[in-house]
Amino acid sequence: MAFLSYLIGGLGLGSVYAIIALGYSMVYGIAKMLNFAHGDIIMVGAFVAYFAISSFGLPVFVAVILSVVVCTILGVVIEKLAYKPLREASSLSVLITAIGVSYFLQNAAMLLWGTDTKIFPTVLSGSLTIGELSIPYLTLITILSCVVIMIVLTLFINRTKTGRAMRACSEDKGAASLMGINVNQIISITFAIGSGLAAIAAVLLCATYPSVYPTLGSMPGIKAFTAAVLGGIGSIPGAFLGGLFLGVIENLARAYISTQLSDAIVFMVLIVVLLIKPTGLLGKKVNVKV
Amino acid sequence: MNFRKVLKGGMVAAMAMSLVACSSNSSANGNGSAAGGSSTSTDAFKLGGSGPISGDAAVYGLAVQHGAELAVKEINAEGKVKLDFNFQDDQADAEKAVTAFNTLADWGMQVSIGTTTSGAGQAVSSSYQQEDIFAITPSGSSPAIIYQDSDNEANPYGNVFQMCFSDPNQGVASADYITEHKVGTKVGIIYRNDDNYSTGITNKFKKEAEAKGLDVVTEQGFANGTTDYSVYVQKCKDAGADVVFLPIYYQPASQILAEAKKQGYEPTFFGCDGMDGILDMEGFDASLAEGLYMLTPFSADAEDEKTQNFVKAYKEAYGDKPIQFAADAYDAVYAIAQALEESGVKASDSTSDITAALVKEFTSMKFNGLTGSDVTWNENGEVSKEPKAVIITNGAYVSAE
Amino acid sequence: MKIVKSLFGPKTRGRTFSFALVIVAYVIISVLQSGHSIPRMITALLVPVCSYIVAAIGLNMNVGISGELNLGQAGFMSVGGFSAAVVNVVLSGVIGNDILRLAVCIVVGAIIAGFVGWLISIPVLKLEGDYLAIVTLAFGQIIMSLINNTYIGVDANGIHFAFINNTIQLAEGGKMVLSGPMGVTGNTVISTFTVGFVLILVALLIVYNIIYSREGRAIQACRDNKIAAETVGIRVSSTKTLAFVLSSALGGAAGALYMMNYASVAATKFDFNTSILILVYVVLGGLGNMTGTVIATSVLVLLPEMLRFLSSYRMLVYAIVLIVMMIVTNNEKIKTFFASFKKQKGAEAHE
Repeated sequence: MAFLSYLIGGLGLGSVYAIIALGYSMVYGIAKMLNFAHGDIIMVGAFVAYFAISSFGLPVFVAVILSVVVCTILGVVIEKLAYKPLREASSLSVLITAIGVSYFLQNAAMLLWGTDTKIFPTVLSGSLTIGELSIPYLTLITILSCVVIMIVLTLFINRTKTGRAMRACSEDKGAASLMGINVNQIISITFAIGSGLAAIAAVLLCATYPSVYPTLGSMPGIKAFTAAVLGGIGSIPGAFLGGLFLGVIENLARAYISTQLSDAIVFMVLIVVLLIKPTGLLGKKVNVKV
Repeated sequence: MNFRKVLKGGMVAAMAMSLVACSSNSSANGNGSAAGGSSTSTDAFKLGGSGPISGDAAVYGLAVQHGAELAVKEINAEGKVKLDFNFQDDQADAEKAVTAFNTLADWGMQVSIGTTTSGAGQAVSSSYQQEDIFAITPSGSSPAIIYQDSDNEANPYGNVFQMCFSDPNQGVASADYITEHKVGTKVGIIYRNDDNYSTGITNKFKKEAEAKGLDVVTEQGFANGTTDYSVYVQKCKDAGADVVFLPIYYQPASQILAEAKKQGYEPTFFGCDGMDGILDMEGFDASLAEGLYMLTPFSADAEDEKTQNFVKAYKEAYGDKPIQFAADAYDAVYAIAQALEESGVKASDSTSDITAALVKEFTSMKFNGLTGSDVTWNENGEVSKEPKAVIITNGAYVSAE
Repeated sequence: MKIVKSLFGPKTRGRTFSFALVIVAYVIISVLQSGHSIPRMITALLVPVCSYIVAAIGLNMNVGISGELNLGQAGFMSVGGFSAAVVNVVLSGVIGNDILRLAVCIVVGAIIAGFVGWLISIPVLKLEGDYLAIVTLAFGQIIMSLINNTYIGVDANGIHFAFINNTIQLAEGGKMVLSGPMGVTGNTVISTFTVGFVLILVALLIVYNIIYSREGRAIQACRDNKIAAETVGIRVSSTKTLAFVLSSALGGAAGALYMMNYASVAATKFDFNTSILILVYVVLGGLGNMTGTVIATSVLVLLPEMLRFLSSYRMLVYAIVLIVMMIVTNNEKIKTFFASFKKQKGAEAHE
């Protein structure tokens, strides 16, 4: 029974990682960049939702929408100002710029909203009890939203015109633009979706673990990046699977091996998995030709 | 050929220029950033200090800066001793703290409130000793701040003092309190295992608990940035701990309390001075902390006039309630002012003279402040004050004696 | 004439310029320092700057020359640094001369970090691109987590280790070197600017020698096109391993120099942020450009210190400067401007 509750805790944590990883993976798949500022967009989303609920007394539903809107706009603005001028530059230059954006968002948050931790209001309490086992409703909702988001995203990418254009950009930007696809616009849309997802992840993250502070996004950001790579970066179901896997491993490592070394164990598992499957759980092997 | 030479020379010159530029820059900014409404008259002592005012731990550095600024303002208004205060950012990092120290040394620092955090402070203490500048840290609680050989608590720096309890002392005092007051018999510990403060307390707590026959049933460490605490709480629950010792800061503690409630686990929680501030977190549900014990030298809810005035002035100036860091900083500055006044040194005296006078004064004087009365220091720089145990009842601190 | 050509020929010009820059900067700073015309704030930063430069040169070997994104350089600094701390305590009674002991510490730090780098390279180099990057990040995190839980003490009976719980009971006169998250404490500061300067020269010498050698050309061939390199008979894995091990060894040497400059250093210093910071120096300085690395590192370490007058806005401004610098250096117009500049230079040299 203890095992099951550890497992469920792990799934709850993992599904938060998974939603963040979905955003990471999408941006990577299309723009081919590691957006290290993604974790900090989550932080902004968390603050927006926090102020919407605590200071303005808005209902949770409205707070989520507000947070999504703010993050989407922020994501697009960041893309326009910081990443677009670097479209032709090496991926490393973009990576460094993303790190700069991450520093900027963290420090701006500190100056705007203070450095002290704020407690996110309780959105939903109570849990579903099956025999001895109790599963918090929040965990169920998190897992459920994660599955829904993954399915919607997959459908969007595979079935819609914009989705097809995204896949085309991800394959070959030059060829895509020759086919009349507005590559810049597609990349903007990708950032918008990724940042919107970050806002949803922020609300779910903070509803489950109710602390809001300026560096909130860094560690979940790194973990989600790890999850995205673990699942096969660029792959939507991969990010989902990688996130869940990482969350479960983290909790089980704490429960059965060592709490002190749980981070080290998580990363060791990552290395082992990558050695067995060098492109992640669901990653595609790309054959390079000369 | 010539062109390249010019270019090369230009580069080197540019580097040299930038060095010179920042030299003038730094000396200018030293005076410019002297904070706290201080006077710049020649009879003012130059008081330095550093702490994180950006980055992860900024909340502590800002508390120290604000507490000290308030004290400096009041002392200058009173006029017996004049202080000129300069507080530098060190991002709680050893390397930056050494640079901050040197920036302050360039400015002409004569006396200091040291560093806010332990890890950074450990690296700077030797600089204070070398330059023979007196420092009293408000919140750097590691024994390695005042001792070169911290494991044996031997070989003190001599001119670096502490205003707060040291980590080992807190560990011992907590174990003693739990045994003597029969708070519980089976102790679970949740600590931060990548943090100096938290492991320092935990190690001594375990030793003392063993000596006192207190049963430590489980100890679980988490790292900075942990989001999920469910396993930690469940481990304590499964081990049957009736007291959970939390030698950590209040931010993760608030998460652990919330998680315990979620799991329907109701042990007695016991914290140290880092727990102070938990009730003032925005949005914190005070009922979670009901019955929480903590050893803290300071409580913003205390009824005495001194605390009330301090809290009122602090709120007016900075908008939030002061935490223990601010109170310790406030006390540290007042202790320095008292020592300066009683020893009769002047700002024009050499730094070594000021340091010698301060060391002499600190080891012999008694100080009454927010964080304790009749506070004394031994020649190693260790503070001796009574830890106050409080218990949170109906959302407020109540003395647990 | 031959010497002139070997120094200023189009291929080796970069090397000459690197050395000239470092030596001239050293001389100027030394002269200024002896005249006490440099503020202490700068003098205190000289050794860490040297240390970051060496780590960045090493990383540039890996990222720039070999083309592998490494997000764990701080981990190797950590290994080198903490090994050096142990060596320093063990040898404190044996070698009296500080400089000699420091040299031994740096060499040992480099060897141990290089060895760890070699171990890590076995799984790492089986991967490619971002998968490789995440594994180096993972190793950085693992190393930090392990050192945070390690306790090492030295006494008359030898070196004692403990893990997670400090169970070490030292004999009389023993000294704890590393106490878990408290890190190394009570360290005697023995690093000097001159040693740092020499270390930079050594690092440049090694790196340039490799770049201009057969192995170096093989490494760059692997970077540019792995399959093509393989078809002409280059053993890709061994050349990549060479670059990786060299990079980690230089990281270790840098870590040792850094460690010996502070009374206390904790493992959390060498975290992901430090790895990223070193990567920023490398990218801003230019991939494969050692001179650029030296300049970028010096500027970027000094920059936040020069921004101190901004008080709490300091890091915000630093972030903006970082972004703007990246955008400006990658701007096409500015690039073409510099390119035309270079062409002129090249034309002159051929005259």
